[in-house]
Amino acid sequence: MRQSRAIDISTGLFVLLGMTAIVFLVTQITNREFSLRSDSYRLTAQFENIGGLKAGAPVSMSGVTIGRVESIGYDMGQFKAVVTLRIDASYDKIPNDSDASIYTAGLLGGQYVGITPGNSEDAYRDGDTVEFVQDAIVLEKLISKYLFSQAGKDKEAAPAAQE
Amino acid sequence: MGLLAEMLQHFRDFLARLGALTRFFGQVLLQVPSALLRPRLVVEQVYNTGALSLVIIMTCGLFVGMVLGLQGHDLLQRFGSEDALGVGAALSLLKELGPVVTALLFAGRAGTALASELGLMRATDQLSAMEIMAVDPMRRVVVPRFLGGVIAMPLLTAIFIAVALFGVQLVGVQFLGVDQGSFWSQMRGAVELADVNEGLIKGVTFGIACSLIAVFEGYNAEPTAEGVGRATTRTVVISAVVTLVLDYILTALML
Repeated sequence: MRQSRAIDISTGLFVLLGMTAIVFLVTQITNREFSLRSDSYRLTAQFENIGGLKAGAPVSMSGVTIGRVESIGYDMGQFKAVVTLRIDASYDKIPNDSDASIYTAGLLGGQYVGITPGNSEDAYRDGDTVEFVQDAIVLEKLISKYLFSQAGKDKEAAPAAQE
Repeated sequence: MGLLAEMLQHFRDFLARLGALTRFFGQVLLQVPSALLRPRLVVEQVYNTGALSLVIIMTCGLFVGMVLGLQGHDLLQRFGSEDALGVGAALSLLKELGPVVTALLFAGRAGTALASELGLMRATDQLSAMEIMAVDPMRRVVVPRFLGGVIAMPLLTAIFIAVALFGVQLVGVQFLGVDQGSFWSQMRGAVELADVNEGLIKGVTFGIACSLIAVFEGYNAEPTAEGVGRATTRTVVISAVVTLVLDYILTALML
C-alpha cells in the first residue's frame, strides 16, 4: 500500500511537470510582462512609425542596454504610436533633451530604441515625454524616395542633353 | 531465381507482420474503454514509462539545447543576427528535435522495458496462466501499458522542449551574451500556437507508434531467452524507423 502511494506521488509529480511544461510552451508565445527590478523609471515617446518594435525590446545608449520597451500603444488623438520605456534607475542622469530613435540590430535582427544624449543640464524624470524622436526606417519608403529622386534627375538631365 | 524467391518470401513475411500489427492495434483499441475503467493499472504504467524516463529525458534535453545554443549562435553571428537564436531554437525544437529525440529516447528507455517485460511474461507462460484463470491478458497487461506510453509521450515531449529551451537560453544568453530581451521578444513574435500544437501532435502520434510496437513485439515474442532479446532489439529498430518515417509524413501534412 505504501509503495503504491509512492508511485501515485511520483506519477502525479511527473504529470504536473508535463502540464507545467505545456503551459510554459503555450504562454511563452504571448507577450508576457518582464519583471524588471522595481527601481526603474518610465519615459514615453511618440512615434509616427515604430516599424517592427515589440514590447520587451532593449533600450540602449551607445550600445549599452539601459532598459526595455514596456508597452506599445496608439494615441487616437494625435494618431501616433505611444511607446513606454522603462529605464533602469541607475541611469538617472540622461539629459532631458535627449532624443530617442528606433534602430534595427543587424540585417535580420530585431528593432530597439537608441537614446542619444542631448546637452541639457536637467535630467529626465519618471513620467517625462521624450520630445525629439526619429521613426523607424521603412525600407519601402526609402526605396520609393530614391526612385522618385532618380526619376526627377533623369527629367532634368534629358532637356540638358538636347540642347 | 533463388534470390528473387527469397526476396519475395521476405516481403511476404513483412506483409504478414504488418497485418498482424494492424490486427493487434485494432484489438488494443477495442479494449481501451474497459482498461480505462481500471485507471489504477494505467497510472502504474504512466509511472513506469513516464516518470522513470524523466531523468534521461531532462538530461538529454538540456544538452541538446546547449548544443543548439552553441551551433545556432556560431551560425547566426556570421550574419550579425544572433538575436534570432531564440526563434530558430524554439521552432526547431518544437517542430522536429523535441518530438523526434524524445521518441527515440522513449523507445530506448521505455519501449525496451515494455517489450522485455512482456516477452519474459510470454516466455515464462505467465500470459497463458492468465488466460487459464479467465483473465484477459490483453485487457489486464497489454492495454494499460499501451495507454501509459501514449499518455506519457506528449508530456515527456513538452518537458524535453522546455528543458532544451532552458539550455539554449543558458548558453546563448548567459554564456555567449545574446540580449535576453531580443531573445525572448523575437521568439514570442515568431512562434505561433500552431507550432506548439504541431509538436504535441507529433508527440502523441510517436507515443502511439512506439508504445504499440513495444507491446506488439513483446506480446508476440518467441518464448525463449533469445526470442525476448530479439523482440527488444526489434522494438528499438522498428520504433526508430517508424518515428522518422512518420515524422516526414506529419511534417508534409502540417506544413
